[in-house]
Amino acid sequence: MNRKGKNVLLVGVGGQGTILASKVLSEGLLSFGYDVKMSEIHGMAQRGGSVSTHVRYGDRVFSPVISKGEADILVAFEKMEALRWLPYIARDGMLIVNNQEIYPMPVILGQAKYPSQLEKTLSEAVPLCVVIEAAKEAEEIGNSRVMNMVLLGAVVKKLGLDEMSWEKTLKSCVPPAAFRVNVLAFEKGMDLAG
Amino acid sequence: MKVILTGNEAVARGAWEAGCHVAAAYPGTPSTEILENVSTYGEMYSEWSPNEKVALEVASGASMAGARAMCAMKHVGLNVAADPLFTMSYIGVNGGLVIVDADDPGLFSSQNEQDNRWYALHAKLPMLEPSDSQECLDFIKAAFDISEQFDTPVLLRLTTRICHSKGVVRTGERTERPVRDYSRNPAKNAMLPAFAKAKHYMVEKRLEEMRSFGESSPFNYSVMNEGAKIGVVANGVGYQYAMEALGDRANYLKIGFSWPFPRKLVREFASKAETLWVIEENDPFMEQEIRAMGIPCSGKDVLPLVDELSQAIVAKAVLGTEPGAGTETAITPPNRPPLLCPGCPHRGLLFPLSGKKNVVVTGDIGCYGLGSMPPLNVGESTICMGAGFSVAIGFQKAFEKAGIDRKMFGILGDSTFFHSGITGLIDAVVNKSRGVFVILDNRITAMTGQQHNPGTGVTLMGEETAALDIPKLCEACGVKNENIHVVDPYDLKAAKRAVDLAIAADEITVIVTNRPCALIKDVQKSRSDLFCSVDHEKCVLCGACLNLGCPAITKRDGRIAIDPVTCNGCALCVQVCPKQAISREGELHE
Repeated sequence: MNRKGKNVLLVGVGGQGTILASKVLSEGLLSFGYDVKMSEIHGMAQRGGSVSTHVRYGDRVFSPVISKGEADILVAFEKMEALRWLPYIARDGMLIVNNQEIYPMPVILGQAKYPSQLEKTLSEAVPLCVVIEAAKEAEEIGNSRVMNMVLLGAVVKKLGLDEMSWEKTLKSCVPPAAFRVNVLAFEKGMDLAG
Repeated sequence: MKVILTGNEAVARGAWEAGCHVAAAYPGTPSTEILENVSTYGEMYSEWSPNEKVALEVASGASMAGARAMCAMKHVGLNVAADPLFTMSYIGVNGGLVIVDADDPGLFSSQNEQDNRWYALHAKLPMLEPSDSQECLDFIKAAFDISEQFDTPVLLRLTTRICHSKGVVRTGERTERPVRDYSRNPAKNAMLPAFAKAKHYMVEKRLEEMRSFGESSPFNYSVMNEGAKIGVVANGVGYQYAMEALGDRANYLKIGFSWPFPRKLVREFASKAETLWVIEENDPFMEQEIRAMGIPCSGKDVLPLVDELSQAIVAKAVLGTEPGAGTETAITPPNRPPLLCPGCPHRGLLFPLSGKKNVVVTGDIGCYGLGSMPPLNVGESTICMGAGFSVAIGFQKAFEKAGIDRKMFGILGDSTFFHSGITGLIDAVVNKSRGVFVILDNRITAMTGQQHNPGTGVTLMGEETAALDIPKLCEACGVKNENIHVVDPYDLKAAKRAVDLAIAADEITVIVTNRPCALIKDVQKSRSDLFCSVDHEKCVLCGACLNLGCPAITKRDGRIAIDPVTCNGCALCVQVCPKQAISREGELHE
């Protein structure tokens, strides 16, 4: 086996479901025979702060983290977080961004402004930029919490891993009652990125 | 079987495979999930202890009695447990004893960045340092064997990146082993001065025996690449960063058994390198040893002492490679600091304290620490677990000496109170403090992710048990019943009344809040359909609701908006609105 490894950086706001999405991604990669490392943040930062989860895979992975300029795909669950983590995208890397705004406290208190026209800024900065209305899509599917699976579906498509079967992995990672809706969200994401 | 595990999960799995019988811990990021995972294996007894000292003592007793035992804690927790740690080094073990320590380079969730490898040196204990999840499993299994072979507790030292990174792990099965025989042996286990002195000789001898053992440990090995001129000595995740950054351009001496330091091995490796680098996070622990051996090397003269390392930092230091540029724009995004959650019960007690003149609030370790951020700005000091109370006592004594009349509020949480806050309260009563001592009892250890504590009535293994009554405990400590105010922090009037009464009081006062954390599953379920909404006809955009610092409330397009999904209907905003423009909707499910 000699397959080129990739770095996927998932960023967002604590509580958005980045950790579950990364879990499904790395469990899937393991089942396809890759070496995988994933690094996540627990504790205080999770309380509505800026969070990141690093997933790296290939034949052999050493470091569990992605440095600046190394992410093949940056997946931003929130628009301003995309902006914050842009320096991590590789030169020919891609940005998948959820079209959602979550105001941080300095913005709520009027001490700072939420950047305007972010979609334009982001797509100008990254030629390979995919904007997804994941929250809206998830709501249409019937559960706003599967937003993370919509985004994950898009990532899997863009990584070229969509030929693999992900259902078994999804089944092992989500509660049985939520399995169908998660699969629907995942498939929707793949379609949107296609 | 090949599975993907975090370092913490792998430690728990390894302990199980090693036939560990007893495990104890106090939760603390990044170590918390170790015991959470241990508790899922039926063969091991596991408990949340009230603090790390108790956890290590429980594990010590179990080891003395012949069981394989472990305890786990974050770096600052080992400070709390340092007292038994140093003497257990003298006593040694019967059943293997492993102390799992999790440092936090980068301070993801800690009050300092101390490097606990010095504890191994200071307490004269062997130390193992895994660099990925597979090694977490392998090393803890070996640690139990080493512990029994050398009659010593063993330190297994992790860092956040090891604890919370997942990697592929080959698992094994459990080797069941009987609890060893126990017989009374005061010369070994009762450290009276005469016995302890004899033991100290033994400890020094043991250290030298373990040094030769470490020289040939399979956990210290070299990786040689033809033609490579750079030699790298690395430990933990630093080894992974070095491998990533330097690849076959360097030779590596990977140190997994890091104390006693394998001096011979290092000297031999160094003799083959043109330039020698020591790659380690935080303190120059290995570097200091190597320099003391008279071997020239590079390390902390170039690499940072503060924060984590990365492959980019190593590449820049060793090869001079500039880090990847990535993409930048001209816009700097505003910071996104962590916050108290929507519906957090702490907010209801902190809000009446916000902006109070003549009041000084000393804080503690827990979510309420976030109250010191804008807009609440409540809390002026954070040192360690329990200090919220005792620091307030000292403040008050100093103010008295200076003739300053300011009321002291010491604030901590339920788990913190049981951990070490209660001793501060005892001191306050006995030494006649007139301060106000606030216990924000949210019925759970919240910051670390919902662990049970002595107030919740459930053990780590899921059994029902006694739930300690905080107001009664305070009364038993000597606070008068009429000076103990129990309030619902969702009732702002009641919270404000309690705060005002306490400020006016001449005697020591206790305030206990009694709302459970909004993130507890049952609470989330029961409040899932509750939310607040704004009547824009009545709203005058005064911003009173925004001053609560609730992330569910924002001002967008010139209107106040409350996110119905994250709002749990705590209704503090309803109570602060001067125009009755906010109302609570939906229903509570019991």
